[in-house]
Amino acid sequence: MKFPYSQKVLEHFKNPHNVGQIENPDGKGLEGSPACGDMVAVYIKVNPDTKVIEDIKFESYGCASNIATASIITDLARGKTLDEAKKITWKQASEELGGLPPIKAHCSVLAVEGLRAAIKDYEEKHGLVTEKEPTTEEVIKKRLKHVMNPLTGLDIIRTNLILKTSIEDGVVRVVVDLPANHQFAPAIKEDIMEKLGSLWDVEKVDVVFTA
Amino acid sequence: MDERVLEAMKPYFFDIYAVATSEFGYSMGIDAKEALERSRENIASKLDANSEEIIFTSGSTESSNTALKGVTLALKEKKGKHVIVSKIEDFPVLNTAKALERQGFAVTFLDVDSEGFVDLEELKNAITKETALVSIQQGNQEIGTVQDLKAISEVCEEKDVLLHTDATHSFTRLPLNVKELPVDLITMSAHTIHGPRGIGALYIRKDTPITKFMDGGFQEFNLRAGVEDIPSAVGFAKAIELVTEEENRRLKAMRDRVIEKSLSEIPEVTLNGSWEKRLPQNANLTFHYVEGESITLHMDMRGFAVSTGSACFSRSLEASHVIRGIGGDHERAHGSVRFTFGRYNRMEDANAAIEAMSEIVARLREISPLARK
Repeated sequence: MKFPYSQKVLEHFKNPHNVGQIENPDGKGLEGSPACGDMVAVYIKVNPDTKVIEDIKFESYGCASNIATASIITDLARGKTLDEAKKITWKQASEELGGLPPIKAHCSVLAVEGLRAAIKDYEEKHGLVTEKEPTTEEVIKKRLKHVMNPLTGLDIIRTNLILKTSIEDGVVRVVVDLPANHQFAPAIKEDIMEKLGSLWDVEKVDVVFTA
Repeated sequence: MDERVLEAMKPYFFDIYAVATSEFGYSMGIDAKEALERSRENIASKLDANSEEIIFTSGSTESSNTALKGVTLALKEKKGKHVIVSKIEDFPVLNTAKALERQGFAVTFLDVDSEGFVDLEELKNAITKETALVSIQQGNQEIGTVQDLKAISEVCEEKDVLLHTDATHSFTRLPLNVKELPVDLITMSAHTIHGPRGIGALYIRKDTPITKFMDGGFQEFNLRAGVEDIPSAVGFAKAIELVTEEENRRLKAMRDRVIEKSLSEIPEVTLNGSWEKRLPQNANLTFHYVEGESITLHMDMRGFAVSTGSACFSRSLEASHVIRGIGGDHERAHGSVRFTFGRYNRMEDANAAIEAMSEIVARLREISPLARK
């Protein structure tokens, strides 16, 4: 067999660790979207005193590198404190796996984002977020990098689908370079609303299409 | 490749290794030329064409480039700079049309319906006085949809527009007769029928205006320069000879088995393309909630080579333009799997492939956040 994947990636792909759901998780993260591409869900159980991740599971609707990264990253996070787990990077996961093809970076980054989202979810639910970051155009852009452009499978920022973003008095406005009747317009809109609507100081999200 | 094809080619590497010469050349060159012309006749007769209407090329990519660029170059002053292609053409036609667009041609990319069919009315309306060429494939490379070439060619004939068809995946698998259908140019390739890679042919109806695209010597009726690849031409002709109606029926039975079993034994499966009007060797299904590259990798580990329209699988990370063309979203392309059957597959293979698919899909759905009821 000749694949662009290391033996370790293939092992984790064939027999992924930590697969499944946790009933009533303490934290849950969902990254990606079904309409646009790969998707990863991460569930964590956290010890309330020590803040150690005692159980962690994932689900994936993705390709081999997505599954393998989610598998290794949940291995890495298990037994670590939230602060330690937060620092786990894609690079670290990639090194543990013996390297990942560069073209597959975005599929595997999703797994890392999933873990971070689960930690963030826990922190928000448990009042651990001390300083709330105000939503700026930078924050919006960063979030929109997680919305895929189904026409290409790459994110909507990188593929220049977003013409303009702004925020004023809690109202976010996003201008998408697509006609409103485009076949992917509803999926992209839904994805944008979901990614921005959960920000603490955002009250309303307006997604505007160019035609 | 079929071993019998290799056997037919061998003498032209070692015994009659000369390049083709004119009838005034040396004996071995004349023998080589005769072999080339016999192969040409064999290909022509399969289409019910004359052998002067066939030129050899390096494959379907070159054939389609020659057809689209050659005809538009010949007609851009006389007729106009407009070309019509369907949205789901394979890359040789699609990207040649895009290249023409960059050179100032107007290109209409015709929509197709949910099974991949071109709408005849839309085609009619798209044709203008300026239209130099229409190019619509016979059978689709991914979803196997077979166009109504008879109706399409009649529209083009009535509107007095030339028609090219890419028959890469349908040649010898489906009937195609140029006496019955007013098609002007046909792209063919040996690699899809167990012939050698690197050789194809283009049918050019007599008196079709076409400008030479590959310049150099005077080979191939002065339409395609370059030393002829005689072993491959002989191999191509042999490959055509080896395709039988019995074989096509066998492929179709395996195709139907895979479609039938996928739909009946695996939940949440969608057939891509039409079942009825479909290439005999092609099945393409979307297994919802799972990703195609994961499926192909698991299948490969079990010894099956299948393909997917998922973005994750492609070199460009772009989801299949064909699945998107039939109105499918990224999700539908994501979980699409194409099975292609060939001479060396048996019904047991088709059964085993579905058994493997069933297990793999169930396993991947277990870990998919979308598959939960």
